[in-house]
Amino acid sequence: MEAVFEVFLSHYNYWMAIILIMIGFYALIAKGNLVKKLIGLNIFQTAIFLFYISLAEVEGGIAPIYLPEGMEAVYVNPIPHVLILTAIVVGVSVTAVGLALIVRIYEEYGVIDEAGLLKVVKRR
Amino acid sequence: MIEHLPVILITVPILSALLILLLGWHDRRFCYPITLATILFQFVGGIALLIEVMRQGTIHYHIGGWAPPLGIEFVIDTFNGYILPIILFLAVAAAVYARRSVENEIEPEKIVSFYVLFQLLVTGLVGMTITGDIFNLYVFLEISSIAAYTLIASTRRPRACVAALNYLILGSIAGGFVLLGIGNLYVATGTLNMADIARLLPASYGLATVHTAFLLLVIGFSIKVALFPLHLWLPDAYTEAPSAVTVLISTVMAKVSVYAMFRVVFSVFTTAYFVETVPVTELILLIAAVAIVAGAVLAIAQDDLKRMLAYSSVSQIGYIVFALGVANQVALEGGLLHILGHAVMKGCLFMVAGVIIYRLGTSRFSDLKGVAATMPVTCATFALAGASMIGVPPTIGFASKYYLVMGALEAGYWVYAAVLLAGSLLAVGYIWRFIEVAYFSASSHHEDGGDHCPAPAVREAPLSMLVPMVVLGFLCLLLGIFVEPIMEIVSPAVSLLLGGA
Repeated sequence: MEAVFEVFLSHYNYWMAIILIMIGFYALIAKGNLVKKLIGLNIFQTAIFLFYISLAEVEGGIAPIYLPEGMEAVYVNPIPHVLILTAIVVGVSVTAVGLALIVRIYEEYGVIDEAGLLKVVKRR
Repeated sequence: MIEHLPVILITVPILSALLILLLGWHDRRFCYPITLATILFQFVGGIALLIEVMRQGTIHYHIGGWAPPLGIEFVIDTFNGYILPIILFLAVAAAVYARRSVENEIEPEKIVSFYVLFQLLVTGLVGMTITGDIFNLYVFLEISSIAAYTLIASTRRPRACVAALNYLILGSIAGGFVLLGIGNLYVATGTLNMADIARLLPASYGLATVHTAFLLLVIGFSIKVALFPLHLWLPDAYTEAPSAVTVLISTVMAKVSVYAMFRVVFSVFTTAYFVETVPVTELILLIAAVAIVAGAVLAIAQDDLKRMLAYSSVSQIGYIVFALGVANQVALEGGLLHILGHAVMKGCLFMVAGVIIYRLGTSRFSDLKGVAATMPVTCATFALAGASMIGVPPTIGFASKYYLVMGALEAGYWVYAAVLLAGSLLAVGYIWRFIEVAYFSASSHHEDGGDHCPAPAVREAPLSMLVPMVVLGFLCLLLGIFVEPIMEIVSPAVSLLLGGA
């Protein structure tokens, strides 16, 4: 038991990411409302972003900005930050497209939840 | 100039997409010629790169002069040198086909944005094909995916929005999995360059991090290629999308996703990992075999031509992934050949479906009775490409399935070889359904006369839609007859994947 707890504590950033991913997944699968599904997708993506950012952390590290001569510092790893900057843009675009689609679905069918949508689509 | 060609293949089309947007504001008629010219240019560039690779070996292009592993590099070897002209040729065919089909299916004020997205989709897929950096692969994957979601929803039919949203959700989950997998690989190796990862990875083959990365990447790409249990987005997306978009995503996009899967599995993880360290080939074979049979059975059960072809794609993707599971020289040659063959024949078949929708407004079998009488060229092309889908010699479909079966036998998978043949038999079932409806059913138009439109309204589609369709149809035959020159490109590509040569 102690060992399990130890593993949990020493890797708690990963556990947090996993928990958040599962929350996002739950919303994606179990929620009927399309907007809530999209929120679930956002939680899922954000959890991945946090996973990346936590990888970059170095104890006592500062933002990787070039310091003047003679000053020493420990930097955090900037590469995951840069990667996630790109991934955030992707996430925003996907959310925008998704919301636009939901708006059109609502305009056409007047419903926004999955069960209602299935019924309406089948009837036409 | 020629040494900068890899990056030009990406930058020029992005600029041209902006140009389309700019000029399209002024006059809508500018959009189509620019799109066609740019994709043609990309196709010529792709051919030039293939010739260059065959002559001088792998091309490495460092973007901005930054050397890898820090900089991003484009790598063109025989494998993606082979894929690149294929996808660009089909993109050209789809672009030629698109003009009349788009006028018919998409509202005029949306045409400008349609061509911009069309261009970006092709560019994203080209980027996925030539990049040598795994994060870059993810970025191009998402560029092409977002363009695809929007293109699918661009028709007048509201159901297309539902299909696009479904695809968006599943596609984003796939993207998330790929991203997580890349993160795990980065943790294990500290680099994002594919060649560099492959070099550093053997030291950490035993780590759970690497296993997780492998699983996440393979599952992510399986959603993207619509491997059987993860194919749920595909039938709706292919059926509801505008005809030209269906042609593009069912050929170019599906093939590039398969390419990405092969690239990651073979070039990043290498056979030393997934055949020897973590033996997953048996599982992949099983899933692929189920996909082949289930896709074909579901295809037979459909009552709509386009939806039937969509399920047939699920089955054919199974064939290509099957090659990945066997992972020997002969089967992989068959798999790569099937990437070419399936792209050509499925492109042709979806063009036929599009032409029928263009003239009849529907692709339900019950409305297509006797259509061969009024559209003989279209139906003959369907028969030709359909024969290739079944695998009748001497078509390309026969050649690729022959290599696949030989590869399976060589590896001792007798049962799976039988499954491949059963898949072909089932293909007869679904191809024959359309042939029967088109040729051997009395036309409903003549008999009841009343509420249906009279026969003269139904005739062959415009030339710009017929020509690419017929060309692809004949290519099914020609490529099958002249398969030897293609094998000269495919064989070194397979040796490269397997880590030899």
